[in-house]
Amino acid sequence: MKIGVAVFPGSNCDRDTLHAVSLAGAEAVALWHEEPDIHGADAVILPGGFAHGDYLRAGAIARFSPIMGAVREHVARGGLVLGICNGFQVLTEAGLLPGVLQRNRSLRFEHGWVRVSVERSDTPFTRSVPPGVRLRLPIAHGEGAYFLPEADLDALEEAGQVVFRYAAPEGNPNGSVRDIAGVIDAGGRVCGLMPHPERASERLLGSDDGMMLLRSLATSLASLEAQPA
Amino acid sequence: MTSFRYSVSIMPRAGILDPQGRAVEAAMPHLGAMSVHDVRVGRRVELSVDAEQEQEARMVVERLASDFLANPLVEDWHIQPAEASA
Repeated sequence: MKIGVAVFPGSNCDRDTLHAVSLAGAEAVALWHEEPDIHGADAVILPGGFAHGDYLRAGAIARFSPIMGAVREHVARGGLVLGICNGFQVLTEAGLLPGVLQRNRSLRFEHGWVRVSVERSDTPFTRSVPPGVRLRLPIAHGEGAYFLPEADLDALEEAGQVVFRYAAPEGNPNGSVRDIAGVIDAGGRVCGLMPHPERASERLLGSDDGMMLLRSLATSLASLEAQPA
Repeated sequence: MTSFRYSVSIMPRAGILDPQGRAVEAAMPHLGAMSVHDVRVGRRVELSVDAEQEQEARMVVERLASDFLANPLVEDWHIQPAEASA
């Protein structure tokens, strides 16, 4: 079971993510963005940071990195992809997830702990989260305000594609519509969220709630492997 | 082959919250400008395209604007010919 973590110029959460993936029991491999190959990874994580300096718009240039062609092929084969923070921005810019992440309403870089409700525990990314549990996860972003036109939002909600929402007591930190913190694609294979599960991977860090998500991913891959070919 | 120069203005779409424009507007009274309102902040990209015909160059810019320079979900764009720099 191998999980690849893409490394773009400007990624800065790749090492933490690799470490957290190992803690989740999977083999963690770094994938350099210039290689059009995911080297046999069973799932790919696009980590946080500032890929290509966030020039133009966050994620706008990263979508053209050669690795993204391989990620698209992986998605087309039904493979799992998780985008964290900047990785979520890359997935929306690449058209692999709906919506856009805009400048925080406060205009400030928002960082700190938030509470996140998990709207669905039947996805490959949330299956290890007990129902009703609110995750305590850190955020750190300047462009995290999720936006989608109203009509599209209704369709997104109806399709059950809102997976994570900012919850009390901290509430919505960035002005995201309908408190959305993370979404999944229509096929249920590509997921993105602004909070950082890898920064909440050990109790020493203040929370290990993030491991519920990474363990979900690892468990999903293990059950895929267990299926007869 | 001729070089055609364009400027592409990218602005937040009408009705889309523009926190940057709002913050800039809120600062203007500090300069005594009390009569200013409806401030919007966008960006401008200038570029040159080599082509035989202007129409051909324009098509390249239009595609780049809609697929890359702007995000059509939240931004509008406007393409204008610009003075070629030396």
